[in-house]
Amino acid sequence: MSFNFRRFQLNSLRAPWTLFKKELLRFWRVSFQTVAAPVMTALLYLLIFSHVLEAHVQVYPGVGYTAFLIPGLMMMSLLQNAFANSSSSLIQSKVMGNIVFLLLTPLSYLELFLAFLAASIIRGLVVGLSIYLVAMLFIDLPITHPWLILAFAVLGSGLLGAFGVIAGIWAEKFDQMAAFQNFIIMPLTFLSGVFYSIHSLPPFWQQVSHLNPFFYMIDGFRYGFFGKGDIAPEISLSVVAISFFTISWLTLSLLKSGYKLRG
Amino acid sequence: MTPAIKIEQLHKHFGDLHALKGIDLTIEQGEFFALLGPNGAGKSTLINLLAGLLRPTQGKLAVMGFDVNRQYQQARHALGVVPQELVFDPFFNVREMLRFQAGYFGRGRENDAWIDEVIECLGLTDKAHTNMRRLSGGMKRRALIAQALAHKPPVLVLDEPTAGVDVELRQLLWEFIKRLNREGHTIILTTHYLEEAETLCSRIAMMKQGEIVALDSTQNLLNRLPEKKLRLKLGAATLPASLKPLLLSQGRGGIQESGEYTLALAEVTQIEFILAELRNAQIKVEDIQLIEADLEDVFVDLIGHA
Ligand SMILES: Nc1ncnc2c1ncn2[C@@H]1O[C@H](COP(=O)(O)OP(=O)(O)OP(=O)(O)O)[C@@H](O)[C@H]1O
Ligand SMILES: [Mg+2]
Repeated sequence: MSFNFRRFQLNSLRAPWTLFKKELLRFWRVSFQTVAAPVMTALLYLLIFSHVLEAHVQVYPGVGYTAFLIPGLMMMSLLQNAFANSSSSLIQSKVMGNIVFLLLTPLSYLELFLAFLAASIIRGLVVGLSIYLVAMLFIDLPITHPWLILAFAVLGSGLLGAFGVIAGIWAEKFDQMAAFQNFIIMPLTFLSGVFYSIHSLPPFWQQVSHLNPFFYMIDGFRYGFFGKGDIAPEISLSVVAISFFTISWLTLSLLKSGYKLRG
Repeated sequence: MTPAIKIEQLHKHFGDLHALKGIDLTIEQGEFFALLGPNGAGKSTLINLLAGLLRPTQGKLAVMGFDVNRQYQQARHALGVVPQELVFDPFFNVREMLRFQAGYFGRGRENDAWIDEVIECLGLTDKAHTNMRRLSGGMKRRALIAQALAHKPPVLVLDEPTAGVDVELRQLLWEFIKRLNREGHTIILTTHYLEEAETLCSRIAMMKQGEIVALDSTQNLLNRLPEKKLRLKLGAATLPASLKPLLLSQGRGGIQESGEYTLALAEVTQIEFILAELRNAQIKVEDIQLIEADLEDVFVDLIGHA
């Protein structure tokens, strides 16, 4: 039996590419649930909060509350969906047992990570963009720094995609994953200034908000639209980039160690 | 030639449980090899270590000369594994799954002809576009086998591939696997159907409590028990006391409820003695049958009945 390993190395990019494609298809096949539903939720928030608060709240001069709210909602949905993509894929494969199909392959831990990460970023961007497009029907939103918007969107969904990989590796049951969502992801997003500027908070809670990486993602993202924010965009971008690389490094170490995946 | 599988001094602990206790095993390329043993012997653990799903506590494993941990990419390219559990991905249909699986091994469109062949040879043609979730248990098993073959690995390991599978697939499967073996693929299987191992495999390892207790060619194992067995049907009568020492142990079915007795013969000439004793006791023999020892006897002899 002749067996030539070198022949396969030429095609080595095809392996992570296949996994990336499969992860994309996995959410795209159920896009009603993975894209349409979160867009719907965001629009409901928009409808209710803007209706109640538009007349009363003006966060920045010249920026109506509804306009202020949209980037925050986009980013919030983008982050939650990026997290959901990698984490739900991993937990499902683990519970179903079909994770072995991946573990049996020559995919390196880096390739595995990049494929999950890229699919999470795409899901996040698709959801964020969809909300933007639908919101455009109702209100005009300025785009002051498009590259900043893109940078925050990619880094933010990457950060949450990587975090989803960690959660997916760690959780053994669906309810552990739900706990992760409800006790970590949800509070951090809601307390990050999606619905308000942190300047409207008492000083103590302003300080606390500064410890929340989600705050920097939302504030920087919003800065890309209005050219105004609670803090300087360079700072937000640095915090988000550093968080992204730290979490990615942590995820890679976990994958490399085989923690909870290879006994 | 590099052996297909080389395992040296392999130990695996699960907490306090010493699941594998120093396994040494070499399987040459082109062999059709059976790994037998009772539930919990450590067969799947051994296979999972080969596949890199588990990591050894101590010892070395290599597939086609590639170390399973240090050269894992080469080793996994060379290996196809059919897991014992019936796992599947509910999101995709059979053909999609097979394409993805081949893709993970760097294979693309050029591999589609092989995938079609696997689909056909395993009788999955009608189901190629059926979602994995909607397949029956036996069909899922076929898809699982197909998945292990998707990248055409030189070494194929099947962990109980025929559990819960109908006669048709067994024949289909073994024809296909025999063909792959003729073409040079190394085949390693575990099964609790010992006739399968006896007819298919040229060499057998028997495991018990994490150790290999016998490793030999199938023929040599069968020759270990030169004894033949004599099965007697006596109707209402019981076996004369003088013949009781010849009875097989109860674990091996010495006395059946139907009134059948099975005696072990050290040599065939004992038949004369047995018949004489029966005649003396005026017992009428309803039926009589001379049976060769088979793998099950060897198995029971080596492993004992738990
Ligand atoms: N992941 C694990 N954690 C703890 N113990 C395990 C694990 N996997 C297997 N074992 C134990 O190791 C021993 C060997 O199990 P293994 O699955 O290898 O047996 P087997 O020979 O394949 O049996 P069967 O014929 O039932 O498939 C058993 O005692 C089992 O309980
Ligand atoms: Mg087993």
